[in-house]
Amino acid sequence: MKTMINVALPKGRLGEKVYAMFEKAGYECPSIKEVNRKLIFENEEAGVRYFWVKPSDVAIYVERGAADVGVAGKDILLEYAPDVYELLDLNLGKCRMAVAAKKDFRDNTENTLRVATKFPNIAKDYYSKKGRDIDIIKLNGSIEIAPILGLSDVIVDIVETGKTLLENDLEPKENIVPISARLIANKSSFKFKMEQIENIKNGLKAQVKTDD
Amino acid sequence: MFSTSLLKNEEKAVFALRSIYQKYGYTPFKMSKFEEYDLYVRNKDFLVSDSVITFTGMNGKLLALKPDVTLSIVKNTKDIPDTVQKVYYNENVYRVSKNTHEFKEIMQTGLECIGNIDTYNIFEVIMLAAKSLEAISDSFVLDLSHIGIVSAVIDSIGCDREAGKALLNCIGEKNQSGIEKICAEKNISADACKKLVSLVGTYGKIEKVLPKLSAICDTDELKTALAQFESICSLLVASGLGEKINIDFSIATDMRYYNGVVFQGFVENVPTGVLSGGQYDNLMKKMGRKSGAIGFAVYLDTLERLNLTTKKYDVDTVLLYDESCLPEDIARAVNMLASDGKSVMAEKCIPESIKYRQLLKLNGKGVEILENND
Repeated sequence: MKTMINVALPKGRLGEKVYAMFEKAGYECPSIKEVNRKLIFENEEAGVRYFWVKPSDVAIYVERGAADVGVAGKDILLEYAPDVYELLDLNLGKCRMAVAAKKDFRDNTENTLRVATKFPNIAKDYYSKKGRDIDIIKLNGSIEIAPILGLSDVIVDIVETGKTLLENDLEPKENIVPISARLIANKSSFKFKMEQIENIKNGLKAQVKTDD
Repeated sequence: MFSTSLLKNEEKAVFALRSIYQKYGYTPFKMSKFEEYDLYVRNKDFLVSDSVITFTGMNGKLLALKPDVTLSIVKNTKDIPDTVQKVYYNENVYRVSKNTHEFKEIMQTGLECIGNIDTYNIFEVIMLAAKSLEAISDSFVLDLSHIGIVSAVIDSIGCDREAGKALLNCIGEKNQSGIEKICAEKNISADACKKLVSLVGTYGKIEKVLPKLSAICDTDELKTALAQFESICSLLVASGLGEKINIDFSIATDMRYYNGVVFQGFVENVPTGVLSGGQYDNLMKKMGRKSGAIGFAVYLDTLERLNLTTKKYDVDTVLLYDESCLPEDIARAVNMLASDGKSVMAEKCIPESIKYRQLLKLNGKGVEILENND
């Protein structure tokens, strides 16, 4: 029997783009395109089994070995620091992690800076490198309203076009790190399914579009 | 005697590993449950997690529940010229789990080889690591790296400490694009970047990887490290372990403590490494010792879910009795039923949430079958 590779794909637009790359690399699974609520799809012939999971959960599935490989955003990898291999930058889903604030905001270094974010570890790491004393306010969504309502001074969040910030009278102030989707692999799976995982990596690598 | 099928994976492993280590002349090392906290403060970075359970001892000293075994063993052995002390242990350690952020008791078995260690000793420890994995599962891989090679490649680039740390992180993640990005940011030469990328991309079986390493190892320091690595690898191949050993420089360990060969073991269907170890002469130096050391630990808690099968029944027989039954009659019936190796649970009523193969009832006339689930 052919060894199956379990692939965790992030639900949503990015996941669909990533699946198209897998398909082009020879890992097609036609049933995935059927409109239904199924979450697991497999093609035994191609030796691949896909499942759709919440983007922020991909790294958990891979770290714990439920998936051999997966595609996760660099933001998730930086925030949760899962013990996985980061095999390839797919150069997809590009955006950046940035500090944003109200347009007229000026950092008063006399006070503790209040930072609202979904990414407390990234924020802590960034400000500790700068030696800035901060208070983290962990939110799960609608981060942009925190500075407007006076809940925080700044926010640390993903910025793609900056349109949401602009519409809420905010603007990016500092860039923290560029973000893109990465192919990750479970460390143990990599040892036992090395050839198959390398084939996937090479198949995807050939399709990665460079910036220039 | 009892059947080994009663033993859990980790219990079986403890017996198997003990017999392997004894066979190669390693002696058991039993240590106290507690250690002075001071030992861990001085070597905090050596610990996997830096939180330690502490309490005050009867003499007012701050004590800790051991988060690590190696430090205690090193502390309790002496430098004796030209000798090598070989010990193994089976101890519980207390560490913070990354997932629950709470302390967890972890059963750990391992060995340490301390003293004037030579190439044979290094080979022997790696060979025992491979045999340990073999005792756990037929399908295993032992990854082998050499800190001397990794650190010399990073040193030869001449970057600052922070960039060195970030590069080491990328090596641990097999993150080639990360390395290229750091090199571009720090103006590291294209040649040096290429060297790092090929170090990360060079992994696999010994015979495939060793020939490629000479291209990377172009300085005197690297050549010396490579020569030592090659001699150990050829010993491992000669002893028939070549098929199960991979060279892989992504094993991330702290260079302040480890110096020579480092290794990590995996068994199929366990998502994390089950064994890790290496040569830690730098730790010995830091603890004021003249000798060298190498050792490894097997994380037995990771084996819990290996080849997990669901039991169909909790007990073979449930024997029901009532007030009218004499205790000696119950004892006789239980002994009789258990005599052919079956498990028997004597109860007054059917226990909840227990799955049984057979339900019997003891009455004045003897044993009556009420239910048979087979």
